[in-house]
Amino acid sequence: MLKIDEIHTYYGQSHILQGVSLEIAAGECVALLGRNGAGKTTTMRSIMGMTPPRRGRIALDGAEITGLSTHQIARAGIGYVPSGRRVFSELTVRQNLDLAAHDAKGTVGPWTVERVLEMFPKLVELSGRGAGFLSGGEQQMLKLGRALLRNPKLLLLDEPTEGLAPVVVKDLFRWIKRLMREDLSILLSEQNSSFALNISDRGYILEKGQIRFSAPSSELANSREIRTYLGIDSKTVAG
Amino acid sequence: MNLQVIVIEGLSAMTTAASLFIIAAGLSLIFGALRVINVAHGTLYMYGAYFMATLFAASGSGWLFWVGLLVAPLFVAAIGAIAEVTLLRRVYERDHLVQLLVTYSLFLILSDLALRFWGTASLSANQPPSLSGAAMVGGVMFPAYDLFVIGCAVAMGLALWALLGRTMLGWKIRAAVEDPETLAASGTNVKRLFTLVFAIGSGLAGFGGAVIAPLQSVDPGMGQSVIVSAFIVAVIGGLGSIAGAAIGATLIGIVEAVGIFYLPSWAPAFIFVAMIVVLAVRPVGLMGQKLGY
Repeated sequence: MLKIDEIHTYYGQSHILQGVSLEIAAGECVALLGRNGAGKTTTMRSIMGMTPPRRGRIALDGAEITGLSTHQIARAGIGYVPSGRRVFSELTVRQNLDLAAHDAKGTVGPWTVERVLEMFPKLVELSGRGAGFLSGGEQQMLKLGRALLRNPKLLLLDEPTEGLAPVVVKDLFRWIKRLMREDLSILLSEQNSSFALNISDRGYILEKGQIRFSAPSSELANSREIRTYLGIDSKTVAG
Repeated sequence: MNLQVIVIEGLSAMTTAASLFIIAAGLSLIFGALRVINVAHGTLYMYGAYFMATLFAASGSGWLFWVGLLVAPLFVAAIGAIAEVTLLRRVYERDHLVQLLVTYSLFLILSDLALRFWGTASLSANQPPSLSGAAMVGGVMFPAYDLFVIGCAVAMGLALWALLGRTMLGWKIRAAVEDPETLAASGTNVKRLFTLVFAIGSGLAGFGGAVIAPLQSVDPGMGQSVIVSAFIVAVIGGLGSIAGAAIGATLIGIVEAVGIFYLPSWAPAFIFVAMIVVLAVRPVGLMGQKLGY
């Protein structure tokens, strides 16, 4: 599905990603783990062409997308759910969704505004509300819904659990599971390693802009060395 | 002061306000989305006026006025689009000083081109027969064309309000103001959207020039004189806010009318005093926020 080959990405002079390679197979959920500043978000932004890599290649389904602009990459079939409160807060919930649906015109797939509202019934009651007034969990629903409307082949989730209440994290777990059942490929960047390892098929661990480990998630979760590195308390199990 | 004087002064204040709003709205729209202060905005306005005056010099018949009103904005919007693609697009990421230099050079280039095409002599555009003469308002005679200018400003304000609040294009413009990157990730070609916004803003300037042309002489200096007051109006209202531009224009229109009535020789200073007072109380302008309209 997605193949990243030795990308190097810079912010100005600083060399953030130093030869990152990773692969996501069709229908696979892959976790991208690492400490703060390891390069998880930069990897996402490199894929989306927001901070394009200076070297290396990124291909989606065999077609190279390196060097394309962000909207072209989105149209190639990647849905992006950024971290933080990045909804269009001046617009209502419904306008946010309609805008995404308008941008997704011509795509083929199961996702329509109606189906998104079915998945997140909460958004129906909030549809006239300004998106800036939503809670963290509600904004997450809206961001996810917007990305799904693209009918993407691949979904990029950047730190989705960040700032969410534990109850909402459980909902998020169910939503991602459901999308996995629909054979969506997912790249999940997470600070919450136990959450990510619980849900994903495979995981990569980034350190200082390089991939340190990659293995099936169950293996990563069972390795004492990895658990210590990621700082996972042995009792915490999310989801 | 009797009632008739109040009506007349009120209407001339509204006429001033209307012409200020027509120019400031485009300036504010462009700043809201692109965060660029377009120093050449007044020059684009001048192009609209020249377009209208040239059209009349060619024939002088009334219906060409209406054609001009329609075509001048398109003509100026096209100039704006070309300027955006060739120049402005390259400096959105740069600091304000670089942007100012670029729009200032655009101002110089367009002004020189105008001199080459139209020379230094001032031209004039006629009022169409249907709008020349006077109309009765509240018991007083008032120039019909001035009422038409007020009507144009109101129509433009309503059209912008509907565009930004009710249409997909308007939602996308507001989304781009807030977070262009996320909008691009949703599949919108934000570069093209910005070109469109700049073209719309320029088209509004061209429309303003075409509407105002019959009220004054069209000469090479008209762009410069207007950009300062348009900028003051936009700043008082809060840059980026269309409603703010309307309020700012109304305020300046009233201040100017009162100033001319009581202290004619000091009137030009009142505008600046109004700006200083507003900014001292509200540094972001009356309707200004960090983002939005």
